[in-house]
Amino acid sequence: MSQKVTRRQFLNYSLMGVGSFMAAGMILPMGRFALDPLFKESSASDMIATSVKVADITEEPVSVDFTFEQTDGWYVSEVTDFAWVYKEGDEIIALSPVCKHLGCTVSWASDASNPERFFCPCHNGLYEKNGENVPGTPPRGPLDMYEVGESDGFLTIGAIKENELV
Amino acid sequence: MLNRIYDWIDDRIDITPIWRDVADHEVPEHVNPAYHFSAFVYCFGGLTFFITVIQILSGMFLTMYYVPDIINAWNSVYFLQQDVAAGVIVRGMHHWGASLVVVMMFLHTLRVFFTGAYKSPRELNWVVGVLLFAVMLGLAFTGYLLPWDMKALFATKVGLDIAESVPFIGEWIKTLLAGDATIIGAQTLTRFFAIHVFFLPAALFVLMAIHFILIRRQGIAGPL
Repeated sequence: MSQKVTRRQFLNYSLMGVGSFMAAGMILPMGRFALDPLFKESSASDMIATSVKVADITEEPVSVDFTFEQTDGWYVSEVTDFAWVYKEGDEIIALSPVCKHLGCTVSWASDASNPERFFCPCHNGLYEKNGENVPGTPPRGPLDMYEVGESDGFLTIGAIKENELV
Repeated sequence: MLNRIYDWIDDRIDITPIWRDVADHEVPEHVNPAYHFSAFVYCFGGLTFFITVIQILSGMFLTMYYVPDIINAWNSVYFLQQDVAAGVIVRGMHHWGASLVVVMMFLHTLRVFFTGAYKSPRELNWVVGVLLFAVMLGLAFTGYLLPWDMKALFATKVGLDIAESVPFIGEWIKTLLAGDATIIGAQTLTRFFAIHVFFLPAALFVLMAIHFILIRRQGIAGPL
């Protein structure tokens, strides 16, 4: 193990070492800066109150708006989304209106020949009332659903999750 | 492994002469601080270039978060500095580097002046250097406005007043820079951003290329 390190090698290693150290000093902060979105924790979503009374919800899906404050970097704004809400027995179901094909907005019974289904006008996607996609139409999965709750008799809407009815 | 990749490429397109031409050149004794420590004054040009590289890199990364808009500019700077990891470092590099690059460039100019390196046959490179100096000061001036805080605003007001004091065409220059005859606002900010991020860097790259090619063609000026 007594290999001689030549003067040339020693200088090479020293210069490469110092050079790498300086390069790392520049690149690491900038890299971390650029990658920051990957390390940001998504904040847990609260239950959002709506203006719909739980007692008024029927078996017919209706669109229910809910508004929340969204912080997008330095831009804070009020965003309004909606869900298709109906009662299944005693259970309240809130389905996301975002089509699982290409993200258009579906609506209840808007296609005359399918009065008991959700319909997406973009590519004629269809879903059953529980959100299950109808085979033979473009969507590749069931509609997502929201967590629901009740507060002082009013419906509250929480985090979006995968459909659990299908 | 790396050696074999290099050899594979070199076998095919013969890249060795290209980088050897750039990297292998003799450093004369009179500019080598290992022989005469006072020769460190010859480092200022290289240091200017080194800091310029840092400015370009940190600036590229800053534009990932910055927006040149009077409503959002200050907030986006605040956000990237307070809420983005390493944001204070990256912005700090750009902020302090901006001052340092001007200082280094000035010291480089002094060295060239007092060693007489600008004399024949190197007058053209002195001219290119002076143009580089102007471009760099333009970058410093336009970049100063971008955080859109009170200091930036009033510094730019003063700068535009100076531009306005140019005989005959001063008002045109001021309006052209500010984007509006009376207001220093939305259009000023976007203009300064465009100048800072696209126009002046383009000029800077061209001039730097000429500056370096001329150094290699003419060699480093002899000792005093």
